[in-house]
Order: sequence, then C-alpha cells, then structure tokens
Amino acid sequence: MAQSHTAAADDGALHFYVTDDEHGHAEGGTMLGFWLYLMSDCLIFAILFATYGVLGRNYAAGPSGADLFDLKLVAVNTSMLLFSSITYGFAMLEMDKGDQRMTQRWLAVTGAFGLAFVGLELYEFAHLIHEGATPQRSAFLSSFFTLVGTHGLHVTFGLIWLVTLMVQVHQRGLIEANRRRLMCLSMFWHFLDVIWIGVFTFVYLMGSLK
Amino acid sequence: MSARAPASDEVHVEVVHDHHEAAHGSRRGYITGFVLSVILTAIPFWLVMAEVFADSRVTSIVIMAFAIAQILVHMVYFLHMNARSEGGWTMMALIFTVVLVVIALSGSLWVMYHLNTNMMPMSPGDMRTMP
Repeated sequence: MAQSHTAAADDGALHFYVTDDEHGHAEGGTMLGFWLYLMSDCLIFAILFATYGVLGRNYAAGPSGADLFDLKLVAVNTSMLLFSSITYGFAMLEMDKGDQRMTQRWLAVTGAFGLAFVGLELYEFAHLIHEGATPQRSAFLSSFFTLVGTHGLHVTFGLIWLVTLMVQVHQRGLIEANRRRLMCLSMFWHFLDVIWIGVFTFVYLMGSLK
Repeated sequence: MSARAPASDEVHVEVVHDHHEAAHGSRRGYITGFVLSVILTAIPFWLVMAEVFADSRVTSIVIMAFAIAQILVHMVYFLHMNARSEGGWTMMALIFTVVLVVIALSGSLWVMYHLNTNMMPMSPGDMRTMP
C-alpha cells in the first residue's frame, strides 16, 4: 500500500491510482480471505475424513456400513445438493444481470433443495438411531456421525445464512455489500458440495462395498 | 464508502459490476459443470449398486478416480478456480491445502494401519483382563 502511494505520487496521478488500488484490495481481500477460511474448513474435514478412515472399519461387533446405508436415499440426497449448487449458480447469474426478483427466486429454490438435503439427512440419522446404530455403538458410528453431522451442520448454517441474505436483499436490494455477501455464500455452498463428493464416495459408496 | 457523492458511487458500482461478470462464469459453464457432475455421480453409484466389478478393490479405485474428477469439475465450473484470480493467491492457498490434506490423510492411514504391528505383543488372555 505504502509503495503504491509513493509510486503514484511520482507519477503525479495520486488520486485515481490510489482510489482504484484501495478498492481493488478491499474487494479482493474479502474473496481471498473467505477462500482462506474455506481452506481452513477443508482441513477440519480432512481430519474428520482421516479419523473416519482409521476408525471406519472398527464395528465393535455392531452393524457395518453395508448393513446400514441405504444408497438410494444417499443418491437422492446427493442430487438435492447438486441441484442446489446449480440453482445457486443461476441466482448468481441473475445477480450479475441485476435482476433482484429472479435472484430471490433462485435463492429460494436453492434453500428448498438445501432444506430437503438436511431433512433427508436428519431422517437417515433418526432411522439409524432408532435401529440402535447410535454414535456410542462403535468407533465406526462415532466417526460416521461426526463427519456426516459436521457436514450437515455446515449446510444448516449455510441455510440460515441464505435466509438472512434473502431478507437483506429484500430490504436493501442488490447493493454492493449484498453482492459481496452473496458471492461469499456462493463459495461456501459450492465448497460444501465438494465436501459431499468426498462423503458419498468414501463413506457411503466405499462403506457399502463387501 | 458511504461518504462518497452519489454520482461517483454510481460509476463505482458500474465498474465493479463489469469486473465481476467474468468471475461468475456463464449459464453455459454452470450447465456444463452440472451435466458433468451428474454423470460423474451416477456412474460410481451405478458401479456400487449394480456390483459391476467382482473385486471391491477395483470398484474403490475407480470410484475414487470419479470423485477426484468430480471435485476438479466443481472447482473449475462452480468455484471458478483458475491461476489468475486474486493474482494467483487462491490457487497457492489451494495447493498448500491440498498438500496438507494429503499429508493428514495418507499419514494418518499409514501410521494407524501399521500400528497393530508396532504394538507390544499381547496375548488374548491379557487383553480380556484389561481395564
């Protein structure tokens, strides 16, 4: 920053140069900072995946993944998250066009898919616990509930964030601050879909193999 | 920001708007990513549910390859990752994270997989009387 000040002063074009530069930093700073947060979040999931990888076959004479997982339900759940990813993408495209009404509609559709995802996951968890496959049953189930539950918790907070932003956009329109927030949530939402790829592959699909 | 005159603020927003357009991808990009994701999701589910390969080790390697491919598709088409954004710093952060993730995952699995062999020998009788 100080460097650009002096450089600009030498050129004699102080005002424009510095204004533009400051702006560029603030804008890029948020996105880069949020990206770094996502990367740190990625490390949390890496540790949970590693834990599951180590403990995932320790059934303690309890049920295994092949006994418990309903792959059809997981497939539906995966499609919910995938649909919500593309509808969020459409919301961002409408935001670029400046169409507030359509942005809100696509955000609502995204929220509905997200809610369906969380609902199906809670249904699955309730079903497992009802069958006696609780987190306390075995190391496999402890690590399973921790990993999948943490992802579900992220989606839940993403939904709260989404509703908050819909209210914000409703009240203030697609102002610069709201665009920035929507872009952050966009990254968060797509990131959760990326994590889910790991979950359905490593936990559900590989857990269902004989 | 709020202290700016309205006129300059308008110009300001316009510039930002143009700048972002490129970063958000296009309808076509999103649909391409979506179609690829559907394919890359459907195949591993089909492989496991229909038990296509007799050897489960083959299945796990193949579905892992599909997962990596789909993660790359998401990174490019949905998260718009490229080497240029933020002057390459997002890519640097991503590479650093991938290195850490690989170390954490492979390191944990490797160490814990060999742990049984490295433990002190213990008879089943000792194990039964353990606290």
